[in-house]
Amino acid sequence: MSIPVMLSLGQTALELGLICSLTVLALFLSYTMLNVCDLSTDGCFTLGAAVGAIVAISGHPFLSILAAMGAGICSGFITALLQTRMGIDSLLSGIIVNTALYSVNIAVMGGSSLLNMNKTETVFTVVKSALENTPLKSYYILIVAVLAVALVIAFLVFFLNTRLGLAIRATGNNPDMVKSSSINPIFTTTVGLCVSNAFTGLSGCLLAQSQKSVDINIGQGMVTIALASLLIGGTVLGKGSILVRAIGVVLGSFIFRLVYTIALRFHMPAFMLKLVSSVIVILAISVPYLKKQWPMIKRRFLYRGKEER
Amino acid sequence: MLKISNISKTFNPGTANEKQAITGLTLHLKPGDFATIIGSNGAGKSTLFNAICGDFLTDGGRIELDGRDITFVPQHVRARIIGRLYQDPMRGSAPGMTIEENLALAAGSGGWLSHMTRKDKKKFQEQLSRLGIGLEDRMTQPVGLLSGGQRQALTLLMATMVPPKILLLDEHTAALDPATAEKVLQITKEIVDEHKITTLMVTHNMQNALDMGNRTLMMDDGRIVYDVEGAERASLTVEDLMEKFRVGAGKKLDNDRILLSN
Repeated sequence: MSIPVMLSLGQTALELGLICSLTVLALFLSYTMLNVCDLSTDGCFTLGAAVGAIVAISGHPFLSILAAMGAGICSGFITALLQTRMGIDSLLSGIIVNTALYSVNIAVMGGSSLLNMNKTETVFTVVKSALENTPLKSYYILIVAVLAVALVIAFLVFFLNTRLGLAIRATGNNPDMVKSSSINPIFTTTVGLCVSNAFTGLSGCLLAQSQKSVDINIGQGMVTIALASLLIGGTVLGKGSILVRAIGVVLGSFIFRLVYTIALRFHMPAFMLKLVSSVIVILAISVPYLKKQWPMIKRRFLYRGKEER
Repeated sequence: MLKISNISKTFNPGTANEKQAITGLTLHLKPGDFATIIGSNGAGKSTLFNAICGDFLTDGGRIELDGRDITFVPQHVRARIIGRLYQDPMRGSAPGMTIEENLALAAGSGGWLSHMTRKDKKKFQEQLSRLGIGLEDRMTQPVGLLSGGQRQALTLLMATMVPPKILLLDEHTAALDPATAEKVLQITKEIVDEHKITTLMVTHNMQNALDMGNRTLMMDDGRIVYDVEGAERASLTVEDLMEKFRVGAGKKLDNDRILLSN
């Protein structure tokens, strides 16, 4: 592999990794902090992409970002409403919202399952034309992505250290404590899911605009891919302050994309992405568990061997 | 301060598991009262605390705290004026958050978007150092690294950081080793005295029940069967207390933990 090819592969992985890391940061908030596995992520990602695309196509490149985030907040609010006020299990409410969003997304896209943004002005084209005559012009996607990630991380570091942020973290960390404290878990769960889904929507919006099209399946499997990245990030930089952990999460997303891009170079078919991400999630969650069980498994095995003798 | 009038609670009514946990219980606590509660297994001590905290709605009666009727007030709203410690030291603090973050949450000063300031940290450090167990040097460590006794002392500090109208201690030293339990009781006494907090403390240690506070309540079968304070209490011994129970409840005290610890 020549150096320019490797560099360009690295750049693609970095761009994709950064844009998708916004979803990973969303799960960092909902899954790691709030301890809610939000399965509406796939649908919400597509919702962000669809809403962002429609608004951009109608001529508002910057408004499209806000609209996508707003759509994410609405979706997160409904997921939270189902699980905090209507007695629906948290996994189930994610799945229900995810299913409903499929219809919503097609409706948003005007009944079609594919939208083209080739001639649309998006944040990416705006930045691209601004950088027209500078040496940075081929990095315009990267610049937008870095900016978005930096803003989201800055917000998370600020937010999770506020009193509300601490309350959200306590809700996920020790529900028993929160139950008998003055924190209302319904409120913290709702706020947490709204914020996290805003980032998921943003992530979908940016991915769609960077590749200039939305397809109804753009978000499929996103929750598993993001979880895989989150868990990789956790093994790289899992301890320390929120800032360190958030950076670890972004790093995890990049590592995931890099491995995937390299695997593609070695002729792994593209459709294997979802299998690979599933296997990573399985390994990341099961290995620590099996490690803990290992002494018992080993002893049992040896014990049985002795008995037979 | 606390005025409980004729409350009752029956669990699983109309089924084979029907259990009258509290039956027409009335209790008045004056401001600054520190009452210890003893009673046999299933006497309704924890149920009484759950009723005060609003874990469930009582079947009848009313509960007033600090002149305010809280019978129908949701749990998390009441929690602002109630401090509660459980037997399990793991229950009162978030293990994945640092000591100072836990304290900041308990202090609850400022709005939702407020941050911990340097002044807050200094205040926390000063309050931690008064516990005398070295936590003031570990403020940025996660609470999960602390021992049970340390965590219980921290929880006590968290519960009383904003002095509550009433402090409920549900055998909060029962899961600790004797030396640590003694230390935590000592800290409890200091904090309660300092802020003059109205306190209810369930204990299985009869001696503690007589030594701590100014009033002792004995519960059985969802009622208060004996209530003593002042000079009469001062002259009581553990044996007297056992005898009083026999008279009050018409049976022998059958709390296995009490019997084992005396």
